[in-house]
Amino acid sequence: MNAQELSWLALWGAVALYAIAMVASSIHLARVADAKVAAKTRAKAAVAAGGVADERPAPASALRAGSEPEVRVRSRAAGIAKSTTLVGAILNGIGVVARGIEAGHAPWSTMYEYTITGTFVAVVVFLIVQSRRDVSYLAPGVTGFATIALGIGMTVLYEASTGLRPALQSFWLVVHVSIAIIATGVLIVGAVATVLQLMRDYRDSGTAWLQRFRWIEAVPEPAKLEALAFRLHAVGFVLWTFTVMAGAVWAEHSWGRYWGWDPKEVWSFVIWVIYAAYLHARTTQGWAGRRSAVLALIGFVALIMNFTVVNIFFQGMHTYA
Amino acid sequence: MARVKIDNYAYANVPRLGFVGWLRWIWRQVTSMRVALILLILLALASIPGSVLPQWPQDAANTQGFIDENPFWGPLLDRLGFLDVFGSAWFTAIYLLLFASLIGCIIPRCLVYWRELRAPVPPAPTRLDRYEPVTASAPQGARVVMRNAEFALSPEVSPRSGERGGRQSRRLVHRPRLWRWFADYLIRVDERERRGDDADSELALSAHKGHVRELGNLIFHVSLVAILIAMATGSMLTYRGQALIVVGDTFTNAVVAYDSYESGALFSEDQLEPWTLTLDDFEAEFDLVGLPTEFTAYATLTEPGQEPRQVETQVNRPIQVEGAKIYLQGNGYAPVFTITDADGNVAFEGAVPFLPQDDVYTSTGVIKVPDVTSGEQLGFTATLLPTAVVDGDTAQSLHPSPANPVIYLQAYTGDLGLDDGVPQNVYELDESQLSPVRGDDGQPLVVEMQLGDTIELPDGLGTVTWEELPRFAAFDLRRDPTLPWLLGSAIAALVGLSMSLFAPRRRIWLVAPLKPHAGRKTTVVEAAAWAPAHDTAVREELERVLVAATGRLTEAAPTPEER
Ligand code: HEM
Repeated sequence: MNAQELSWLALWGAVALYAIAMVASSIHLARVADAKVAAKTRAKAAVAAGGVADERPAPASALRAGSEPEVRVRSRAAGIAKSTTLVGAILNGIGVVARGIEAGHAPWSTMYEYTITGTFVAVVVFLIVQSRRDVSYLAPGVTGFATIALGIGMTVLYEASTGLRPALQSFWLVVHVSIAIIATGVLIVGAVATVLQLMRDYRDSGTAWLQRFRWIEAVPEPAKLEALAFRLHAVGFVLWTFTVMAGAVWAEHSWGRYWGWDPKEVWSFVIWVIYAAYLHARTTQGWAGRRSAVLALIGFVALIMNFTVVNIFFQGMHTYA
Repeated sequence: MARVKIDNYAYANVPRLGFVGWLRWIWRQVTSMRVALILLILLALASIPGSVLPQWPQDAANTQGFIDENPFWGPLLDRLGFLDVFGSAWFTAIYLLLFASLIGCIIPRCLVYWRELRAPVPPAPTRLDRYEPVTASAPQGARVVMRNAEFALSPEVSPRSGERGGRQSRRLVHRPRLWRWFADYLIRVDERERRGDDADSELALSAHKGHVRELGNLIFHVSLVAILIAMATGSMLTYRGQALIVVGDTFTNAVVAYDSYESGALFSEDQLEPWTLTLDDFEAEFDLVGLPTEFTAYATLTEPGQEPRQVETQVNRPIQVEGAKIYLQGNGYAPVFTITDADGNVAFEGAVPFLPQDDVYTSTGVIKVPDVTSGEQLGFTATLLPTAVVDGDTAQSLHPSPANPVIYLQAYTGDLGLDDGVPQNVYELDESQLSPVRGDDGQPLVVEMQLGDTIELPDGLGTVTWEELPRFAAFDLRRDPTLPWLLGSAIAALVGLSMSLFAPRRRIWLVAPLKPHAGRKTTVVEAAAWAPAHDTAVREELERVLVAATGRLTEAAPTPEER
């Protein structure tokens, strides 16, 4: 088996495992939602019965005051989701490395290569956050996104590897593109958290069509999700800032101008400005919360646009891919 | 009274404002966070047309084509600035307003920050209820508890230095390093009267940190202004030019030698250093399918008053000269022709750069021969196929290397239109006053040439000899003395941003009665913390401090899973 076949097999394996992980984590999420609803109903019933539910301040939560009951659900689905995500990520990583070996350079020069690396980073970022705190509610979103992105990558975007054009042979390729991909991976996870935040927020305030989705009960309150999303976005934003700056340095080196409003540059700038607006909106009266979350999602849409529409349809100096 | 909208939903009645009042009101609006936010959103929206529509500075030919194709929308969009978005009045207005807002915002914040830096830490609030306080009881007395807490908060504070009174002086003695003083908790402990309890006094510890965050934020915003200033200055002090050098030729740095040249308002042409660059050789490597793998230009650079030196440049490796950089931008073939006219005199001799049109270097060029001894002027359009493969009537190039170079030449006679004084594009033939030379069949004649061939033009018009096939390299030269400043500001912005986003801003308070309740042996410590909402780790920190201060956590310790 050569590197190309290995890469191909490993990546299809990753697609399959991510798909399983998505299903399993969704099942787990539904269980958690059931348990939470049940716990809430019990608490309500206790209050209704006139009984003083529990006057002693719950000691365990004394230092972590939260308004929701803590529910712990162990399910087989959770275990399956965890292990398939992990193995999927490992296969995805093998696929990327094997592709790099096959191509003879860091695998970051075509859309196919961006896609396989980007999904890998997104899943790894999720796993890192997961290892610190329980964010299994992000799993369906992240693995679902990874399944679709990687699947599209394998079927639509695949291109045989080639050598690098002279303009791409640079230390800055590695720096600029790798950080761009890592930023994208982080922002993907951030966007998933933000989507959940908005869904939960609107469901809580009675939006009709969201009432059907009981699984939303399983995700934390909007404020907590916003806190998590902000931290991810903050990391992603710093990385994106670096990407844009490194891109300017590279452009200066190889094109003789650091900024020329090439379509790709325009969109990188637009993305940066939207996320900056998001960061401001978080601390602006009347904008914090829902509106800032919407801005973050618009930023994410622009990010995906930059990668898809701009690459394919706009002529510019970046059209190597 | 006037009604003024002060928030998304609220109105307020305010007194009528005078002229100065209005100015002040406008300034306050411009520097408000909400306006900054709206301007940011506008900036993003305004940029988008710049990527969708063709733009003059990026692609003039395409833009002209767009205007010609859309007789209604084209000129309209052009007049409204949509075909030069980033130079348009509205785009400029948005970002200038944004930066006005930014400057108006950071100056007061810098002043506030300066005052805050030197202000003492405020004492702990008398009531902690608002901050979800927790309590723990310790077997020790309050003083020991506080000293332990201090040590846990800032290991730089020696736990042995016992006296309580001079907080300020001790901070200076034990925490001399500026960065620590900046980044760590600033702590004060007050002994104060206790309210609503039978103990008459209490110790209240107040620990603050957050200077780094705000400092980072200010550095970031100031750096943005610096970036803008550096870019504006750069555009005034810069010059850039493009030159095409055929292998063996020498380029002299002067405005006339450039194919195109532009400079900023503050750069004058006599500041150009007269160095010369001779292109000794150009190597282009391609792989089997014809994709380029490496381009290298070997040249000799002679700067005034210095020994000539050998330089080498590749696509990503510019040559440095006199504060400017020379970039290798493109390359192609420049066939050398000798053309004689009807009288047998040499009317043209030299290399003609052909511009590559595709990946296999199918290249096109134009030869203009105005100086004929008698008769009409001659003009030629030509196509070069580096590795020609002929298949019936069609020929195409298979590879960019010159394995089997063939030129297809078409001749014209007439007036080249060079005498009108209008500068002409050297890569285009103005055919309006030319007529093609026809063959025996009456069709415009296309002649095929191999390297070294001489062909005779019909009707005794003359001969064309293809002598050689050297390559040319296209160079882009640029000087911008503000680049280091720009880079410096960008790095400062990045550092400031990271500080601003990742440095914590936290307040921690511990309060304990000095004399325990009658009959009690333990000290009950009340503690609370505050941080921005995203900083969920502050609770863990509070917990850690409390454990260190009391020696244990009286309440059931949470299991690791619950974190
Ligand atoms: C060129 C335009 C601007 C850009 C690109 C920009 C960018 C940023 C970014 C990325 C942050 C995030 C740092 C953080 O959240 O701590 C930030 C924070 C902040 N910006 Fe700006 N900014 C701009 C203009 C302004 C203006 C005009 C104002 C004042 C009205 C302003 C006031 C603030 C404040 C107060 C924060 C701190 C928010 C907080 O964390 O509480 N900025 N800015």
